[in-house]
Amino acid sequence: MRHVWRRWLLDGPLSRAITAQIFIALVALLTLSAADIPPDQRRSGYADLGTETKAMEDDDTANPGMLWVLDGEALWNAKTGSANKSCADCHGDAAQSMRGVAARYPAFDAKENRPVDLEERINLERRDRLKAPPLPFESRDLLALSAYIANQSRGLAVAPPDDPRLKPFIAQGRALFEARQGQIDMSCAQCHDDNWGKKLAGNIVPQGQPTGYPVYRLEWQSLGSLQRRLRNCIIGMRAEPYAYGSPEYVALETFLMQRAAGLKIETPGVRP
Amino acid sequence: MARALIKVPPKAKRGEVIEIKTLISHIMETGFRRDNVGKPIPRNIITQFTCTYNGEEVFRADLHPAIAANPFISFFTVATESGTIAFEWTGDNGFQETGSAKISVE
Amino acid sequence: MSIAMDPDRTGATRRELLLAGAAGIGAMLIRIAPAAASPATMQRAIRQVVGEAPIRKGKVTLDVPALVENGNSVALTIEVDSPMTAKDHVKAIHVFNEKNPLPDVISAHFGPRAGRAKMTTRFRLADTQTITAIAEMSDGTFWSASADVIVTLQACLENLD
Repeated sequence: MRHVWRRWLLDGPLSRAITAQIFIALVALLTLSAADIPPDQRRSGYADLGTETKAMEDDDTANPGMLWVLDGEALWNAKTGSANKSCADCHGDAAQSMRGVAARYPAFDAKENRPVDLEERINLERRDRLKAPPLPFESRDLLALSAYIANQSRGLAVAPPDDPRLKPFIAQGRALFEARQGQIDMSCAQCHDDNWGKKLAGNIVPQGQPTGYPVYRLEWQSLGSLQRRLRNCIIGMRAEPYAYGSPEYVALETFLMQRAAGLKIETPGVRP
Repeated sequence: MARALIKVPPKAKRGEVIEIKTLISHIMETGFRRDNVGKPIPRNIITQFTCTYNGEEVFRADLHPAIAANPFISFFTVATESGTIAFEWTGDNGFQETGSAKISVE
Repeated sequence: MSIAMDPDRTGATRRELLLAGAAGIGAMLIRIAPAAASPATMQRAIRQVVGEAPIRKGKVTLDVPALVENGNSVALTIEVDSPMTAKDHVKAIHVFNEKNPLPDVISAHFGPRAGRAKMTTRFRLADTQTITAIAEMSDGTFWSASADVIVTLQACLENLD
């Protein structure tokens, strides 16, 4: 049977086109690597923006994300819950107490026995200290608070905690990042590790570094969380996205923040 | 809730041309989108932005649905005297928002 | 015969990335509203402002990116060469487009107190198209400039509709 295939391949009518395709696939296979981006080549999606979009992120009066940061400041100081306390009552001036926090999140929560992201930390604090109900995912208040808190780390380098308890979750995040999924049957790594810097539908493929979250995405015309962005990626691959708050997103974020170590936080970032 | 961000230089020399930047929180719903069951979402936009300098209009813009959400408008004015530079945004569904900044001109 | 069917293939080919992009583009095209303006509609809208007066080319600088990352928000800066005195100034700048559902974008009104006939805003573009800015001067003359903008689309969207 095999010699028939070989005859057809080498001499058949489509032989040249087929062998060319196989050759391209082989070259792609050989150049395909599951290797991480070397630290000196890591860069934020900011580097891939057009001049005007960069200017929009750089100017606090032009950056719509700052509207949410201001809202977050008001919420930080507002009394709430049956405890009738504010974040400020315990944490004081966020510029001091929250400085560096977003840069080292997600962090392991001993009581929950798993890592939690910043949004979940906010809701845990509300539950335990303010005796207030959780803020829904993607609600304006939760986005405003996480934007305000993350903004306090703007300019600081991503510093994932050196916590051995995070190791299995980082591994899970990496596995999710490298697994093929969806009808398109592609993995995150295939675009963001192997083809960053190249163009897709006219846009530059970024590395997928979560340095600006929550981010003002021009596509949303609104501020949104990393979970929302990851859902867009998953839908883009024609796969079923996990529900908001799923541990898969936290694992992914834990891995992504490790991968982004050293890059500066930009919250609120602006992205297409 | 933070509605607007304004940037006006706090000090200027008389006759100096200064730049003013404004950003307002607004969805600028075009009226051409449909919801997830196909029903048209009604238009909801800011239609006018006005800037006055000690009560006198120095800049005005008529906005259409083509203006992006969270409208950003920057423009220039001559620093004529100390006082208040005031802003007003009006639009559909009785939308009205105001802001102001003080300027010291020597 | 499709290379995608080959069970031995495990690497991503350029073809697959192009397909992924095309799928994204396909989804986006279905999303765009059907009603659209046209170059003729834009000319009518311009005539409504300008009347029968001739429109001269010049004095107006239209600064818009040639290639835009997302049509939802496009930076636009317009400047008109004018001394901005009481006798000689820009009265208004009107911006038009040819492929959005409506031809008008913004009309900005100036006077001698502006000091400089320059403004910046962000607007929406439904498709690759030409933008036109018309400056209305205090002496009743009209000047214009146009720019072509290419609008690209996002690969990873929220909705498939």
